[in-house]
Amino acid sequence: MVDFVGLYNYWIVVFLMMAGLYLVIEHGNLVKKMVGLTVFQAAVFLLYITLGKVRDGTAPIIAEGIETYSNPLPHVLILTAIVVGVATLALGLALVVRIRDAYGTIEEDEIGDQDGPAI
Amino acid sequence: MTAHLPALQVVITLLAAPACILVRGRDLTFWLALLTTWAAFAVSCLLLDQVMTSGIVSYELGGWAAPFGIEYRVDALNAFVLLIVSGIGAIVLPFTPRSLLIEMVGEKAYLFYCAFLLCVTGLLGVAITGDAFNLFVFLEISSLASCILISLGPHRRALTAAFQYLIVGTIGATFIVIGIGLIYGATGTLNLNDIAERLPATGYNRTVIAAFAFLIVGAAIKLALFPLHFWLPKAYTYAPSTVSAFLAATATKVGVYVLIRFLFTVFGVKFSFDILPTALPLMLLAVLAMFVASTVAIFQDSVKRMLAYSSVAQIGYMVLGLSLVTVDGLTASIVHLFNHALMKGALFLAIGCIAYRQSSFRIDDLAGMGRRMPWTMAAFTAGGLSLIGIPLTAGFISKWYLILAALAADEPLIAALIVISSLLAVIYVWRVVEAAYFREPGPGAPSGEAPLALLIPTWVLIALNVYFGIETSLPVGVSEHAARALMGAGP
Repeated sequence: MVDFVGLYNYWIVVFLMMAGLYLVIEHGNLVKKMVGLTVFQAAVFLLYITLGKVRDGTAPIIAEGIETYSNPLPHVLILTAIVVGVATLALGLALVVRIRDAYGTIEEDEIGDQDGPAI
Repeated sequence: MTAHLPALQVVITLLAAPACILVRGRDLTFWLALLTTWAAFAVSCLLLDQVMTSGIVSYELGGWAAPFGIEYRVDALNAFVLLIVSGIGAIVLPFTPRSLLIEMVGEKAYLFYCAFLLCVTGLLGVAITGDAFNLFVFLEISSLASCILISLGPHRRALTAAFQYLIVGTIGATFIVIGIGLIYGATGTLNLNDIAERLPATGYNRTVIAAFAFLIVGAAIKLALFPLHFWLPKAYTYAPSTVSAFLAATATKVGVYVLIRFLFTVFGVKFSFDILPTALPLMLLAVLAMFVASTVAIFQDSVKRMLAYSSVAQIGYMVLGLSLVTVDGLTASIVHLFNHALMKGALFLAIGCIAYRQSSFRIDDLAGMGRRMPWTMAAFTAGGLSLIGIPLTAGFISKWYLILAALAADEPLIAALIVISSLLAVIYVWRVVEAAYFREPGPGAPSGEAPLALLIPTWVLIALNVYFGIETSLPVGVSEHAARALMGAGP
């Protein structure tokens, strides 16, 4: 039980990850798909940041009287991953704008109905 | 100079990409892009030579020693994948200025070249890096850039295809990054070789097994292993033909490289295949890919979609080879990486030549094409023969090594299945040949051959298909070297 509660960060990660992935798969609306994808990626950010936390550790700045530091590397990695996530979101939304111009809708089924059989 | 080759491999194209945006002129950016991809190709040739003569090349980026800094580590396998990516880039790029794609985007052509160079950079980066997180970043660079390239297709469906590619590609890459995070949690390092050394000490606990699952599924999405291939046919069908040629020849190959690297180098043969039963599921999926995708390809109306499904089937052969877990099987896989890049590149470029004259890719609309575009259709037929695996073509060498490896691994059934699935390729290639050579052209069919600027790159790839079907010392030699190193049998 203590383990279960003590690892609550990981439970949040798992919940967000599944919720994000479910949104991507389930929703026909392209913008909502992008929202789901962002939630999914955010869960991974949280996973990394949780990994970097050391019990009783503080910010990794050398100071007197402090011996335990959290691991700063996952934070730096996630900074990069956030940039990648922003680029993905921007490109995805740009495509949605173009799709709306071309089809007049951003609902997956309505887009599918508009084009005839595959060329 | 030669000491910095690994860094140059990535930096040249990476710097040229934003330079294209500054230069802007249509012809000027083309020459800039051409110069840089050829420079990248030259660098990868030099690297391969260096690796084959003096062993593994290790490069510390910024002077930070591994495992703390990012290490570029080039062995025979990476060097070969680098050669495939930069070589195909160097051959496909001269095709672009006269292709339909550039005529459509017109003055914005410089943005195409920028995205193309970024895509090359990403793929080269994935292949060269020895750092797990760096691998993810490069994977995303290539994935976002190829998404832009796909969306340039002439039909509006290209937009939805690109969107789907973006979503699926991001999920795949995120799976990989979850796996990397879990490994980092278990071992405390991101350097691929360092991970390999430290993993046995973790006792292969549940975190490592979960990381393995995430990484393999993520890589399987990226390389379009059946049944995770659903994004590929749509993307390759609606992308501009030039882009299809480049991506079909390189992107999935890099995916296969990532799979091989994680299975054999990072997790090691003992964990991947002895402790976990990975070989059998991979073999089953590979055989299913060969048969299901080839059968679906037979029933396609569009040549491009047919070739896309054929790509899924061909990826089956690559995965089949590595699932044998022998030096021979792995050699066959790596040889096929190279040969399939040559044949699919040639076939999609031939499609690009057809696209220059007519907008339809329906097989029925290719009626009589053999007389109207003799050089284009001859190239397509030669590429098709290589795809089937007729002797004197590169495809034959792949199939030959694959069948020998299956027999050596005491799997006669697998060897028989390889032959039978090749017969399926005969059927779908024949459908196109039959339409092109044995039917009368329809009314209003365009006449005239594609311009030389399009035919030359196509025929260069066809010539390479024939050359490497006869003279096999380069691909087979390098592949055997790489396979021995991967299986831990020493170089």
